[in-house]
Amino acid sequence: MSKDDQILEEFASKEYEHGWTVDFEADSAPPGLNEDIVRFISAKKEEPEWLLEWRLKAYRNWRKMTEPKWANVHYPKPDFENIIYYSAPKPKDKPKSLDEVDPEMRKTFERLGISLTEQKRLTGVAVDAVMDSVSVGTTFKKQLAELGIIFCSFSEAVKEHPELVKKYIGSVVPSNDNFYAALNSAVFSDGSFCYIPKGVRCPVELSTYFRINAANTGQFERTLIVAEDDSYVSYLEGCTAPMRDENQLHAAVVEIYAAKNAEVKYSTVQNWYPGDKNGKGGIYNFVTKRGICAGDYAKISWTQVETGSAVTWKYPSCILKGDYSQGEFYSVAVTNNMQQADTGTKMIHIGKNTKSRIVSKGVSGGKSQNSYRGLVEIHKRAENSRNFSQCDSLLMGDKCGAHTFPYIEIKNKSSQVEHEATTSKIGEDQIFYCQQRGIDEESAVALIVNGYCKEVLNNLPMEFAVEAQKLLALTLEGSVG
Amino acid sequence: MLSIKNLHASIEGKEILKGINLEVKPGEVHAIMGPNGSGKSTLASVLAGREDYEVSSGEISFNGKDLLELEADERAKEGVFLAFQYPIEIPGVTTTNFMKTALNKIREHKGLEPLDAVSFLGMMKEKMKLVEIDQALLSRSLNEGFSGGEKKRNEIFQMAMLEPTLSILDETDSGLDIDALRIVANGVNKLKNDDNATIVVTHYQRLLDYIVPDFVHVLFNGKIVKTGGKELAHELEAKGYDWIKEEASIA
Repeated sequence: MSKDDQILEEFASKEYEHGWTVDFEADSAPPGLNEDIVRFISAKKEEPEWLLEWRLKAYRNWRKMTEPKWANVHYPKPDFENIIYYSAPKPKDKPKSLDEVDPEMRKTFERLGISLTEQKRLTGVAVDAVMDSVSVGTTFKKQLAELGIIFCSFSEAVKEHPELVKKYIGSVVPSNDNFYAALNSAVFSDGSFCYIPKGVRCPVELSTYFRINAANTGQFERTLIVAEDDSYVSYLEGCTAPMRDENQLHAAVVEIYAAKNAEVKYSTVQNWYPGDKNGKGGIYNFVTKRGICAGDYAKISWTQVETGSAVTWKYPSCILKGDYSQGEFYSVAVTNNMQQADTGTKMIHIGKNTKSRIVSKGVSGGKSQNSYRGLVEIHKRAENSRNFSQCDSLLMGDKCGAHTFPYIEIKNKSSQVEHEATTSKIGEDQIFYCQQRGIDEESAVALIVNGYCKEVLNNLPMEFAVEAQKLLALTLEGSVG
Repeated sequence: MLSIKNLHASIEGKEILKGINLEVKPGEVHAIMGPNGSGKSTLASVLAGREDYEVSSGEISFNGKDLLELEADERAKEGVFLAFQYPIEIPGVTTTNFMKTALNKIREHKGLEPLDAVSFLGMMKEKMKLVEIDQALLSRSLNEGFSGGEKKRNEIFQMAMLEPTLSILDETDSGLDIDALRIVANGVNKLKNDDNATIVVTHYQRLLDYIVPDFVHVLFNGKIVKTGGKELAHELEAKGYDWIKEEASIA
């Protein structure tokens, strides 16, 4: 093996740094899934009858469905009868303020570099911390409430704002949309709800940190963001998971509804445990994320930095229904060791003069497989629509794979679609050049990868850039000069 | 400062350097000249620690340290700088960010705190003047789409920022027009002091009109076959390398 390969191997095979578990007394359902479990979850959460019915309908649909097989990933099928579908940490009483949050839980966040107090004090980010499916702390709620903004856990939204939840849940991702969306709809534990009223510009970045905790627990989060006419919100979601041996299933659903002239910016850093060097353990991340630009001039922008999970299956999409609406997708997907990622986006142009932009940067190291899969669909009446797609792949070493699967369907002659794709390798010359300036091999690789991903990283809100830096071991550009 | 003894190096089994001896003291400027393929760039690469070359025998001592024991980045931290003949492009990384990273790595090695943004910017402004380089260029991706002259000026700018004790200029004059050559040479001259040294690797005497060497060494077939003062460069310019080759073959 050449020196260069060795460097890349070492860099690529770095052990997962956030590996530990916190021992909470779990309040769990027995493993397996049937209608009783769905009822148990709904009862635990004191849900209204309509929501239980909605869950049961989803469950019955799910029973009839089969797992999707078209993605370029290979893994042993999860044993759905052996998954625990509900578990909650057992706080003595519900915390009324941050000070009442379980100190052990807060310590965990601090080890991740996510101190709630720091976040609050320094960045002005309101944090709704979700650990093992139950929200433990919500900040800034009062300030947000004065503007009419609702930002709370999903269960709270069900209790406090049932009419809103009822109106929008499943409106973007129907409960029978796909196998994992149906599963999520049946058993979702908690998640976040965000509502921005007409004409309101949310003054802070809304942020939620997710974290899988108790062993052998599926994580089924559900997020619903509704932005009324002329509103704006930037929403951040990030996660790191502790190390464990058994595969964990993560099947989240995110729905975004943007009304006329509303803008929603959704950013995420994903760092679920990827499994060890040999691919043992690690999270299965099968996520359905979709937004609809329901009104004219609406805009939805997805930015994601994907570094974790053993298997990723994720396509944050935009339905551009309103005329002049816009969709954006910026993605960095890094895979190492035995990781497999099949990720991309769908841009569905329905309205006239709609625009979409896709920038995807894949980085593969080790023996990983990294696929971009994207659909650009332009409907018949979507006159003068435009799409620009750029899909780049960077290879580290010669044992990994990068794949691009672009699908383009155009049913309108006045529209314009551009697709660019490149594949490159980190050069030995580049590494030597950095080293000759005093930058060690590992930092050189980080610097080069960072430069390659810059266009995407620059789209992250500043507060979140720090998290991205940590996960990619990179330094962000532009602080000077 | 630098002491090379009986250095032999090869690439892919082919011996390029066949017993180099060289002593460089602080404050000196040494020129390494020689025909194409004589091993000039190999010598520069071996000093900088490029992995492609295998050193089969010999010693390189630099300020009391065994240079051959050090990784390329450790050599840079100890003060060895190579101005590349063909500077490498790194897309998405600005020269500014590249220099900030490099400088702080070197400072860390010296046990110094990282430079804060204000001091770094101040330092940049000062060094930019030396090589008459534009701020806009430093905010662009490193060497990407730079002209030949811009790349070489950028190398000297980096040298100014990192303040090395030993600078090796590998064919820095190649691809430069006369104005760019003067700017680059001026930069190098301004950086010269009693504590640092420069090795200028060049094919032509032209650059040595601007960077005046204390010693000129002629490298031929992997060995230094002749050493003299700056007048040797003029002699080479006038007579070519053939007489050196003849002398070497007689010896």
